[in-house]
Amino acid sequence: MTIAPSPLDSESIWMTEDRPDAGELGLCVHCGFCLNACPTYHDLGVETDSPRGRIALMRGLDDGRIEWSPRVQQHFDQCLQCRACETACPSKVPYGRLMEATRAEAFAQNRWPRRQRVFWRLIMHGLFPYPGRMRLAGYGLKLYQRTGLQALVRKTGLLARLSPRLADIDSLSPVADRPFYTNNEASQVKPTAPVRARAALITGCMMPLAYPETHRATVRVFTRNGVAVNAPNAQVCCGALHAHGGDVEAARDLARRNIDAITPESADLPDAILINAAGCGSHLKEYGHLLRNDTAYSERAKAFAARVRDVHEYLVQIGFAAPEGRVERTVTYQDSCHLSHAQNVRSAPRDVLRSIPGLTLSEMRKPDKCCGSAGIYSVVQSDISKRVLAEKMEDVLSTGAEQVCTANPGCMLQLDAGISRFDDDSQMMPRSTHAIELLDESYRLGDAAGNG
Amino acid sequence: MKTPTPLVLDLIDAIGEEAVVWHDEDLLVYEYDGTIDRGNPDVIALPANTVDVVSLIKIANKYEAPVTPRGAGTGLSGGALAAKGGVIIGMNRMRRILDVDPENKTALVQPGVVNLDLGSEAERYGLAYAPDPSSQRACTIGGNIAENAGGPHTLAWGTTTNHVLALELVTADGEVQWIGHDTRDEPGYDLVGCVVGSEGTVGIVTQALVRLVPRPTAVRTMLAIYDSVRQASNAVSAVVASGIVPAALEMIDKMTIAAVEPVLNTGFPLDAEAVLLVEVDGPESQVEAEGARVEGILNRFEPRELRSATDPEEREHLWAGRKGAIGALGQIMPNYYLLDGVVPRTQLPDVLDGVYEIAERYRLPVANMFHAGDGNLHPCLLFDEREPGATERVLDAGGEIMRLCVDAGGAITGEHGVGLEKRDYLPWIFTEADMDTMKSLRAAFGPTENFNPCKIFPKGHGCGEAGHQHAQHQIAKFGPKAFV
Repeated sequence: MTIAPSPLDSESIWMTEDRPDAGELGLCVHCGFCLNACPTYHDLGVETDSPRGRIALMRGLDDGRIEWSPRVQQHFDQCLQCRACETACPSKVPYGRLMEATRAEAFAQNRWPRRQRVFWRLIMHGLFPYPGRMRLAGYGLKLYQRTGLQALVRKTGLLARLSPRLADIDSLSPVADRPFYTNNEASQVKPTAPVRARAALITGCMMPLAYPETHRATVRVFTRNGVAVNAPNAQVCCGALHAHGGDVEAARDLARRNIDAITPESADLPDAILINAAGCGSHLKEYGHLLRNDTAYSERAKAFAARVRDVHEYLVQIGFAAPEGRVERTVTYQDSCHLSHAQNVRSAPRDVLRSIPGLTLSEMRKPDKCCGSAGIYSVVQSDISKRVLAEKMEDVLSTGAEQVCTANPGCMLQLDAGISRFDDDSQMMPRSTHAIELLDESYRLGDAAGNG
Repeated sequence: MKTPTPLVLDLIDAIGEEAVVWHDEDLLVYEYDGTIDRGNPDVIALPANTVDVVSLIKIANKYEAPVTPRGAGTGLSGGALAAKGGVIIGMNRMRRILDVDPENKTALVQPGVVNLDLGSEAERYGLAYAPDPSSQRACTIGGNIAENAGGPHTLAWGTTTNHVLALELVTADGEVQWIGHDTRDEPGYDLVGCVVGSEGTVGIVTQALVRLVPRPTAVRTMLAIYDSVRQASNAVSAVVASGIVPAALEMIDKMTIAAVEPVLNTGFPLDAEAVLLVEVDGPESQVEAEGARVEGILNRFEPRELRSATDPEEREHLWAGRKGAIGALGQIMPNYYLLDGVVPRTQLPDVLDGVYEIAERYRLPVANMFHAGDGNLHPCLLFDEREPGATERVLDAGGEIMRLCVDAGGAITGEHGVGLEKRDYLPWIFTEADMDTMKSLRAAFGPTENFNPCKIFPKGHGCGEAGHQHAQHQIAKFGPKAFV
């Protein structure tokens, strides 16, 4: 009988080119400054679920000191990838990149449980890359909500009894009460100020269905500021969820399709590639890294990534017209992790909010702490996610804000679930909003006042 | 598949499965702290309250297992490492701020509270917790107490020992004792003073009543850039000699600037040899007067540039360059060995010259960022452990630098503790009789031999074979001659 060699016997545990870079792993001097910034260390209270600990595990695998057990995999899976540790890290260890590389290896080596793999292929390969199928699912959701079925299901707690996971998904589902966004809408809104830039808008996979009004507001805001916006029709899901999960081949495929759609070789590059979803934005800025070994696309990917701008970042960069309509409201701003920690965009959204007359920004104690959404984390790690959210909601509610705004659809869904779960005040907080919608509201109120 | 030992099973029985870490791959992440030593624990237990701590200690005693308390594991002398294996009691889950009393200016906290979290809570009452080690964003009050932590702002306010009023201590035999008093001046022996800085060798602190101080109404941070380390050191001596006690008086040198600047963009010129950060605080009028005097003194030593910031954001920016310095060294070399020596302040210029000389002789880059006002040096030797022999060289150079500090009339630790790292240097500053006295004190707290063994006292003083070979090597090289 022959015994198959364990991976520890071969030269390296890593099997692909996407492996964590040994030099980058070496940057960690285990000073521990990251610990208190990490939501999972804070929640679970074990160093195995801290950034420093996970890096030690990666090194342990790299050195062949430990086996890649399901336990080790669990510590990797429990990472939110919020990258708050990168902000805290004085050595600038690229933790997010290391974790993505580790997950890419885990994915390639089939280290997930079978059920999770099936679920992933079904949703991430079968649904997200196809705008048509997404739309179909969106109509399904609309039907489910319009018929009152969702209300019934929630009232009776039926779903929770059938499957707690499905009940979690249900509690995180967006309210599909607005017409879905179509990419053709963008170029139909003509700039009302002299055109000074041309931008392509990435509309994404979920935003047109869940938050179509955010896109409408984005286009109105930019056209008013002299930016001609179009949303190329051939664009697809950006692949951020795929890359964060380690499914890099799917992510590369989506990236190439987007590069062809947004920056075709036949046309000039747009001045900016705009994105109002922080998670997508941070990934789009990584296209150069993602396709670094793709000879046909590496240069184009770099050029693409260099043009990507978060909407707030771009507004502040080009200078935006002062809004005049008064929005008498106290709001608090949740830094999306992938905007603050991953893209280092912190002041721009606040500059936008502070420009709005009548609006008061009441800061949380820890506005840049993750809300627990983290892509599909809220579904696959729902227990931790809920506890992280509970802490976030305590912070949100203690600000006295009437509304919470943020810069990423995942955070909005999560915060909305939090509002319905934790705000037991009779005057329940309205749904969360995107900072750019508040700016749009102020512009429009100003217009109305001017016309009246 | 590994099976749990009876010790592990008992611990799980006492505090639950999710509070006990014992699988090999998980133990790997508890083998280090913020420095280069390693220890291999058999199991980690994470208590939720004092009662848990008592049961854990009793179980450890039953198996005669060594006990090592650990906070956030940010320490810099190996204090939180399980040098002889056994049980690490991780206090990080006991992290509640139990009470803030703004009238009496005190806070009652659990040991796992993060230093900065206590600071921000105190800030809501216009108060501050004074000791501010550079790791304050992560390190815990319990760890601060164990190591008697300092920080840039302990120049004026004193180190941790000046800020702890009373403690709940679980002793080595599992008894819970309150020591100290909520008034500032307790009759009898200063037992709290014995526990603070005892490096986890006499018991485990489970609650602490700490002092809070008023937040100054005005703060001014000055930045002076010098073309030589000697000029900067002389300026430090002159400030100290003037009688002014600045809130902080820090120096960073050229190598540190090279590490910090690209990451933090603090605006330190890359070709400057030394930068001084001086902070004065207090009422507006005092800050005005003292600030002007300090500026006058700094100017006497011909700085290339002298800046002053009163705006909180600008000040924080200047401080970021100091507090982020250690970690930023990873930009230059993957590993560092951070030393913690203290010398009389008048000796600073000569000792610094000596440090640079030693580093050069050992072909090691050295970065200095330190509490100049306290004479507390932090030479940081940079190396790559993958290079054969590099670690040896670093430890040799480190030993020589420590010896230099001792010979200049200083000591082997200012604020990081002796721990595992420097225990074999202890005979350089204490006689056998001194050490015996210390051991009697430790024994007065109970059967403490298994409490954080191999720490503070040199090899052969109650710790079996485990020890710091490199330090032993130093002793052989420079002789065990006691300094006193």
